[in-house]
Amino acid sequence: MTVGAQPQATPGAFSGTARRADFPVFERTTSTGNRLVYLDAAASAPKPAVVIEAMRDAYSHHYANVHRGIYELSEDATGRFEAARRKVAAFLNAPSEREIVFVRNATEAINLVAYSWGRTNLRAGDTVVTTQLEHHANIVPWQQLTREVGAELRYVAITDDGRLDLEDLDRLLATRPKLVAVAAVSNALGTINPVREITQRAHAAGALVLVDAAQAAPHMPIDVQDIGCDFLAISGHKMLGPSGIGVLWARRELLEAMPPFLTGGNMIIRVTMEGAEWNEVPQKFEAGTPAIVEAIGLGAAIDYLTDIGMPNVREHERYLFQHAWAALGEIPDVRRFGPDDPDIHAGVISFVLDAVHPHDMATILDHHGVAVRAGHHCAQPVMQRYDIPATTRASFYVYNDLDDVEALADAVRAAVTLFAG
Amino acid sequence: MDNLYRDFILEHYRNPHNQGVLDPHDLHFADSNPTCGDELSMTLRLDGGRVEIEDVAFEGRGCAISQASASILTDTLRGMTLDAVRAIDPKAVLDDLGVPIGPARLKCALLGYKVLQGAVAGESVEWPAEAEAV
Repeated sequence: MTVGAQPQATPGAFSGTARRADFPVFERTTSTGNRLVYLDAAASAPKPAVVIEAMRDAYSHHYANVHRGIYELSEDATGRFEAARRKVAAFLNAPSEREIVFVRNATEAINLVAYSWGRTNLRAGDTVVTTQLEHHANIVPWQQLTREVGAELRYVAITDDGRLDLEDLDRLLATRPKLVAVAAVSNALGTINPVREITQRAHAAGALVLVDAAQAAPHMPIDVQDIGCDFLAISGHKMLGPSGIGVLWARRELLEAMPPFLTGGNMIIRVTMEGAEWNEVPQKFEAGTPAIVEAIGLGAAIDYLTDIGMPNVREHERYLFQHAWAALGEIPDVRRFGPDDPDIHAGVISFVLDAVHPHDMATILDHHGVAVRAGHHCAQPVMQRYDIPATTRASFYVYNDLDDVEALADAVRAAVTLFAG
Repeated sequence: MDNLYRDFILEHYRNPHNQGVLDPHDLHFADSNPTCGDELSMTLRLDGGRVEIEDVAFEGRGCAISQASASILTDTLRGMTLDAVRAIDPKAVLDDLGVPIGPARLKCALLGYKVLQGAVAGESVEWPAEAEAV
């Protein structure tokens, strides 16, 4: 399947080109006179007008503090904030909205677990298992935690084609770790990890499982009950929502047993000068005034995605992945990372060319209007695995289509030509 | 793009001047650009009085801008006193590239300068203000 071969629409796919009208940023033309080809959803996604409008409306007509005021406006704001929590619960198929903790982003969600669950349950000599393909957000909190309590952090190795080595996982599980922390999708390689199977193996070995779904939840159906995991982290800004809002989902009995992470207002029932009693979950973990309007914006983003249908989003990106993977593969000397198999490769493609450094590539693509990420993608152990300083990464979303894939391939070819002299 | 990747830059990138490691050398320093992981190391040989630079060489792996900038910068160093090296204006280093450098690429363009100043200071120096986009 190549770009030039008049691709057939795949079942369930939709027009990314038509979706662009939903996103005000695509009204922009670049300083070089090109239309904006945005291929950096994996870093952060543009916002559809419905999200921006929901936030403008909340600030304009429905804003007061939540869970406080005995007056209509505050009750209105609280109702909208809590409705957003229910939308998140439904989006993740969580058994209860009480299991939805609003945080700033996936990084904070993981830190919450490391600080609260980790420092309560981990002892010297215990083991935490993460993997070599994680974002730094799912590495550094565990490094800090294990260092602090004298535990050990082990990494599941990755194969040459960017999959987790499940035999290595089994070897590490034999050491009876307390926790396995794994990404559902690698932000640097695009690999879709078998988190359901990993969870089953980890549970059989007595470990809890944290899934970093920051890169997965925006792009494919996520069902925490089907995965069976214990904790799951997402970021709003990667799924068409605002920055500053993310979610930790955790099984209720875990949240009930965990001590608070941040303390202060809202998270207490009663404070005396001698001490305090914690509020029920999830408020126990939401100290201070939350990101009220950001949560409402996230709810609007979930409505937008649910309206498209997450299976359709996945199908659309699978389709774009296949075309982009093939188109880049046709360019001599392009080295692509991650699995060939579109069933286990999300809409994220990392690639390098010996002749053109990723930074130069990104600059040249930018001059063609194509916005990509170049660098280590906050996943330096992945770069070390393949002995490269950086990659160029293109990532797709609902507003992308085959014209973007062609723009990417054309601009990469232009870079190759320029550097070949 | 035609502006940024002029033949002048690409020529220095493909065939960098002053490439390698001086052995023996008097000064050596290596540093990297945290945003992209580009690495650059520099060795310098001084005159008997350790006042001026006799010879210089650099090695690195990185983008065209960082490697070309180091190539162009090192061309200017032979015979320069260490005091004059310390007084090099980072703006002049950017100007010598002869092309406008966008905010995201300033650290690439100034990596060679930073390594040179580190070598002369004998320790890592901070990025100059010119490396930060305003």
